[in-house]
Amino acid sequence: MSGTRGSRRNWLGIAWVMVLLVLGGCSDNPPPVVPDSVPSPPAEEFSEGAPPPPPPVAPRVSPPVVPEDEFASRSLEELNRDSPLDPAYFSLDSSGLDASAQRVVEANAEVLRRYPNWIVTIEGHCDERGTPEYNLALGERRALATRQYLVELGLDPTRVRTVSYGKEFPFDPGHDDRAWAENRRAHFVITDR
Amino acid sequence: MTKISRRVFVTAFTGVVVAAVVMTAFGSVSLQQDEVSLIIGDSIGAQPSFAVPNCLALTRDTATTDAATVIAEVLWNDLDFEGEFRLIPRDVYGTIPSARSIIDLPFDRWQELGADGVVSCTVAAIGDGQIEVSARLFSVRSLESAFGVVYTGSNRNLRAYAHQLADEIHRTQRGLQGVARTRLAFVSDRDSQTVLGLVENRPVKEIYLADYDGANVGRVTANRGLNTNPAWSSDGRSIAYTSWLSGFPDVSISHIFEGRLSNPMSGNSREQNFLPAFSPDGRMIAFNSSRDANNDIYVANVDGSGLRRLTNNPAIDTSPTWSPNSQQIAFTSDRTGTPQIYVIGVDGTGLRRLTYETYCDRPTWSPPPFNEIAYSSRTGPGHDIKVLDLATNEIRQLTFGLGTNESPAYSPNGRHVAFMSTRGSGLKQIYTIRRDGNGLRRITSSGNNEMPSWSR
Repeated sequence: MSGTRGSRRNWLGIAWVMVLLVLGGCSDNPPPVVPDSVPSPPAEEFSEGAPPPPPPVAPRVSPPVVPEDEFASRSLEELNRDSPLDPAYFSLDSSGLDASAQRVVEANAEVLRRYPNWIVTIEGHCDERGTPEYNLALGERRALATRQYLVELGLDPTRVRTVSYGKEFPFDPGHDDRAWAENRRAHFVITDR
Repeated sequence: MTKISRRVFVTAFTGVVVAAVVMTAFGSVSLQQDEVSLIIGDSIGAQPSFAVPNCLALTRDTATTDAATVIAEVLWNDLDFEGEFRLIPRDVYGTIPSARSIIDLPFDRWQELGADGVVSCTVAAIGDGQIEVSARLFSVRSLESAFGVVYTGSNRNLRAYAHQLADEIHRTQRGLQGVARTRLAFVSDRDSQTVLGLVENRPVKEIYLADYDGANVGRVTANRGLNTNPAWSSDGRSIAYTSWLSGFPDVSISHIFEGRLSNPMSGNSREQNFLPAFSPDGRMIAFNSSRDANNDIYVANVDGSGLRRLTNNPAIDTSPTWSPNSQQIAFTSDRTGTPQIYVIGVDGTGLRRLTYETYCDRPTWSPPPFNEIAYSSRTGPGHDIKVLDLATNEIRQLTFGLGTNESPAYSPNGRHVAFMSTRGSGLKQIYTIRRDGNGLRRITSSGNNEMPSWSR
């Protein structure tokens, strides 16, 4: 923080401007597009007479509605890396969708309705226990059960493909209950749009 | 494949060659009428003890002296593997003087060591990258030669000479088909590549080949994706496997001597196929398919024609294996709630449940002369290999809780089972074990290796 008398006077002026702008901002004007990061207040000195830098905008409290353009600019790799579709999890040796898995699939269905041009592949996965051969079929069951529910929720079946990877591609390489639970899943991959 | 030409000497008296028949380069054999075949046994009737000292190098170049050691070591391991002879450890041979010629051995010293039989061999470089390997099997007690051969061929695959010699010793001494020249197909991630696709950091799994003892590793697939569960055809010319090369599992067949790939089941994203198994008579393939919206066993001719559905049940029916006469198929089904082994006739009749345990999968039917099915059974947190004798209904266990043990496969002579185990390091490695549960050997050591299939 600079210590000259001149800049201290300028800070007072800026404080009034900030108050006025904040008060002015609490109106019913349409909100500005939220920037990716909130800029921090500039710390450098400025000379007398130069216009003050714009004050920082307080971030909105509720999550913003991400427009279609946001996803359109991302590659399929990027989309899947930070996916709007969550995995549905299963119990050991089971391919039934319990209540929480159903909620996940319902939320995914909602996203898929908003982006009707997306093609999705549901991958069925198993934890490392059991044999690789039976797990290929169990993974397929999980993927098919998930797909079936999506279709029941009204999704066009031609948009949804399935593939099983059995226990070949674990998401967590650990050997405990937590890792195993993480690996028993139907994983949604956006494969085309 | 090393082309070895061989000549056979059969003798009944020490050092005297009774008959020598010169063979063609293509290895056809004819033995003379008046030969005497000598079976070496010990006086009590237990397993005879054999010694396999280093070969005598007849030429003094380094390549030949190396060959003299390699051939003997590999032969020792091949004979030890089959479990028919008790092999005297090579580290106690140091006190025994070397042979002065193929027939001039210190037989009394070998007898002191407890040997019933000694393999005496010589190696000589004969120019143009060729070697000549002579070998005889002597009875230490009677000083008779039970068996003698001369091989000539390239010096490039020395192990092949030992393997052929081991097979011939087993054939002539025990009437036994050895496995020293057989190969394993298996799955490995050893080249540490990642799968190309939309989800990152998935390790490639490709199909590899190796000699039955793990040497001479080669690669069958290079599609930078997921490939699993190779299965040899009976004639050893094809390997079927499951491949995700098209983005979903389908049956691929690598015709390895023709450099050709085929996908006879013509899968697509709605009709996925996996876990193929060739029939022993070479005419059909059984496999799993999710066409008709359910996992069931299907059977087709090897070219994909004549497709028939074998199981028709809303349960998972998977992992087929053929009976030795190609008339029945054993498979895994969870129709009672947990995966168990069943058997059904190839005509769809005669369905019978075989196992009543916690979780049983990956049946593999032994070749003749045995009639049993090995499988992977959940015995704790992990699995163990068990064998069900179909004649007596008795079950015996081959592994006992070390790591998890999965994906068993029989050797072509039915005397050994290859399987995957995570014992030791926790990585997946391929092991072999004799069908009586003895003689465990680790075959692989690089990366993770699993899902073996054993060729003829």
